[in-house]
Amino acid sequence: MDVTPRYNDFVVKFANVNGSGSASANGLFARAILRMGVPVAARNIFPSNIQGLPTWYEVRVVEDGWRGRRGGVDLVVAMNPQTWDKDIAELDSGGYLFYDSTRPLPPSRFRDDVTTLGIPLTAICNAEYTDARQRQLFKNIIYLGALSALLDIDPAEIEKLFGEQYKGKETLLESNRKAFRMGRDYALAHFACPLPIRVRRSNAVGERIFIDGNSAAALGAVYGGATVCAWYPITPSSSLAEAFQQYCRKYRTEPATKKKRYAILQAEDELASIGMVIGAAWNGARAFTTTSGPGVSLMQEFLGLAYFAEVPVVLFNVQRGSPSTGMPTRTQQADLLSCAYASHGDTKHVMLFPEDPTESFAMGAQAFDLADRLQTPVFVMLDLDIGMQDWLTAPFAWDDAHRMDRGKVMTSAELEAGRDFGRYLDVDGDGIPFRTYPGTHPTKGSFFTRGTSKDRYARYTEEGPAYVDNMQRLLRKFETAKARVPAPVITKAVKPTKSAVVWFGSTSAAMAESLAALELDGIHLDQMRIRAFPFADAVAEFIGAHERVFVVEQNRDAQMKSLLVNECGIDPSKLISVLHYDGTPVTARFITREIAEKARLFNVMPLRRSGVG
Amino acid sequence: MTYLAKPKIHHPSLPRNALGYTRRDYEGAISTLCAGCGHDSISGAIIQAFFEMDIEPHRVAKLSGIGCSSKTPTYFLGNSHGFNSVHGRMPSVLSGAACANRDLIYLGVSGDGDSASIGIGQFAHVMRRGVNMVYIVENNGVYGLTKGQFSATADKGSKSKRGAVNSDEPIDLAMLALNLGATFVARGFSGDKAQLVPLIKAAVAHHGAAFIDVVSPCVAFNNHAGSTKSYDYVREHNEAVNFLDFISPRDEITTEYAPGEVRTVVLHDGGAIRLRKVDDGYDPADRVSAMSFMESRRAAGEVVTGLLYLHEDTADMHDALDTVDAPLNTLSDVDLVPGDAALAELNASLR
Repeated sequence: MDVTPRYNDFVVKFANVNGSGSASANGLFARAILRMGVPVAARNIFPSNIQGLPTWYEVRVVEDGWRGRRGGVDLVVAMNPQTWDKDIAELDSGGYLFYDSTRPLPPSRFRDDVTTLGIPLTAICNAEYTDARQRQLFKNIIYLGALSALLDIDPAEIEKLFGEQYKGKETLLESNRKAFRMGRDYALAHFACPLPIRVRRSNAVGERIFIDGNSAAALGAVYGGATVCAWYPITPSSSLAEAFQQYCRKYRTEPATKKKRYAILQAEDELASIGMVIGAAWNGARAFTTTSGPGVSLMQEFLGLAYFAEVPVVLFNVQRGSPSTGMPTRTQQADLLSCAYASHGDTKHVMLFPEDPTESFAMGAQAFDLADRLQTPVFVMLDLDIGMQDWLTAPFAWDDAHRMDRGKVMTSAELEAGRDFGRYLDVDGDGIPFRTYPGTHPTKGSFFTRGTSKDRYARYTEEGPAYVDNMQRLLRKFETAKARVPAPVITKAVKPTKSAVVWFGSTSAAMAESLAALELDGIHLDQMRIRAFPFADAVAEFIGAHERVFVVEQNRDAQMKSLLVNECGIDPSKLISVLHYDGTPVTARFITREIAEKARLFNVMPLRRSGVG
Repeated sequence: MTYLAKPKIHHPSLPRNALGYTRRDYEGAISTLCAGCGHDSISGAIIQAFFEMDIEPHRVAKLSGIGCSSKTPTYFLGNSHGFNSVHGRMPSVLSGAACANRDLIYLGVSGDGDSASIGIGQFAHVMRRGVNMVYIVENNGVYGLTKGQFSATADKGSKSKRGAVNSDEPIDLAMLALNLGATFVARGFSGDKAQLVPLIKAAVAHHGAAFIDVVSPCVAFNNHAGSTKSYDYVREHNEAVNFLDFISPRDEITTEYAPGEVRTVVLHDGGAIRLRKVDDGYDPADRVSAMSFMESRRAAGEVVTGLLYLHEDTADMHDALDTVDAPLNTLSDVDLVPGDAALAELNASLR
């Protein structure tokens, strides 16, 4: 067995039972390593369940800062007998099995090629505690203590975290410290600590923060000036609305009166939540809803109304495994088409694709400016991987000089001065008309909002030319949107190439690592990360400048490719899909293998490589 | 057609209200509904009520769903913003609008198909939520725009124009609203404007969810013998439980009544409702007895009208949400955006 120390480069997987209180201990594990200046990529892998089913927490300790899953496991903390065999099987050869050795297991349940680290956790807890819940909870803290010794995690960092977590709760603080030390002392006394895989203090975390995308997006909504949130609980988006509530409590309470500068409505269903958002936005408040694929399906009729009536709503879609009920606790990017063209008739919607929590914050705020400016629904397309996982991500930043862009809103003074108001009148040639808020002026500027047809002055008409005129203006507006939405991020390969790769959203995490691996392999690809729909002109230009373009996405039907072909008139044959859609986040290994294989077929690899072998 | 403007010429002697507006200032476009439609009478009652209450039309937001009734907001309060939303979903749009600006008056107009069939879910929840609004259902028991299908309020045994007999139980929206927490519940009849106008005025003055079920015969599809929503049937079976005077906060109370006959309810804004009881057994402040009374009269085939239930001094949606006094849509960057310093602090807590 290799005993050469391997610093800051390994994967630990915790196999737990849902509801056993492991999440808190596992979170401390990841944060302590971060506090040592060592990046981690951490993911919860959990079932649609509250208590009793298996749940996993995977921590990739990675000095290089890669944010995707690596694949494979070096140390498993096997706390769940239900998944024992599967968890053991997943270990890389030469890895470590950490388990509760209170009840002896036959040798057939172990592997010869892994090192077993048994600690009688249950026995220790039963001896120490009488309360059943304490016996359960402190088991987690005891294994945390043992792991700190085994992996050389500075115990002072964990004790400091305890101090922050249990500030003012001395009894809890002391009991956690004690359990932690019990585990640590046991490991030091019984094993050769540390193991070859270990943590070494580094300086690779920098200013980065550790937070989930739903919280970040909710904070974005606060900074974006949203005052009305209407939502219906649905995994994996519920924590976005809940985080909005928490941030609002902190930042939006009127100091003098303690009253709220926000309204949050938990609606009876998604039809109502989007209806409320439309009503609030129509009435001049910045409003949003948060949902997932099934919710978007339910909102279809209303989304068409918002498009046609030009109401600036913001919708956060935290995508999950679909179709139908699908896999609510798994991730996908499979709602692109259902959002891009949501509703009946000719509709097109703006979508933003944040790549991580930092962008979820920024785009979460920007979505409100875009919606108001463009007077149309804006979809912020997160997914479960961004939304519900804690990411090590660049700190949030805000320009205090920024002011909300409320778009073209005609004021009472302008109306009074006799300015011509036509709700659907294109005065500037950008397809965007003026609107008025209800209650603005006693005799001027009122209009009747309808889903059915109207003329430029919002008068009811079913005349064909007036209908076409309006629909054409909406297309002009969509053109205007192209230059206003976030531009794609384009990066040239280190060597000139005629091949390229395109991706969006959470795929970034694995993509960066994959590109580095491909480059080592001699496969050079120009890169474009799409950040919004409609596509900026630069998107089609980039694809046009390459012979073949890999499109990496996390769905079965190559939905981004469809959008590119449909909207940019691109020859489908030059777009080569790399598709991952099993519900787990795509890994660098997967992308690298797929692209390398396809690159060989398309002869992307330089000829000299085939000689080298 | 609705795009036809009404002539702007006024009769010089049209009476003006305290704001200097004439009744014409509360009208909208010319109705496109069938001649004799009960809904037009309701529009007339709405116009009358807002005119008499001296409410600035632009401070009213009128919202509706889809159907004949939902078309009517075009025909009144032409200087108000209106929103003809989607079928059965007006309550959610109205709730959101009410969140955004607590200072406007919200008038929701719906029909029996819109509220009792496709929209019964949203109808139920908007009542539970206690949105400060007036919700009027123009109830004709029939789908007019799609030519005469039964709606969910059609009485069991009622006959359609084509002779089909309705076999489903009817939904009594007033009873439902009462059950779900509406704090003002009334029923009117489009053919009785003298009763309807004060009901609307009292509903506007009420702070909370006010619901008025207005039986409104459909002259095209539900005004024949065998219908229980025809003019003749309702006139014969209408049982008014009370008569109502609405007294605005600034009106001097002059009318005299014999003691014991009148009950005065003071409203949120300082105005008052004077109820002249017709039926001795009826107490609109008692929810349980109101329900029992309504159910017993319904069983006897009567259409009970009047103010059925009133609970003043109640918390509306904004009270429950504890929102600031200023309308949310008037808050600025300073009120809403915590700024970079707060963000730096937050960043520090996430390391």
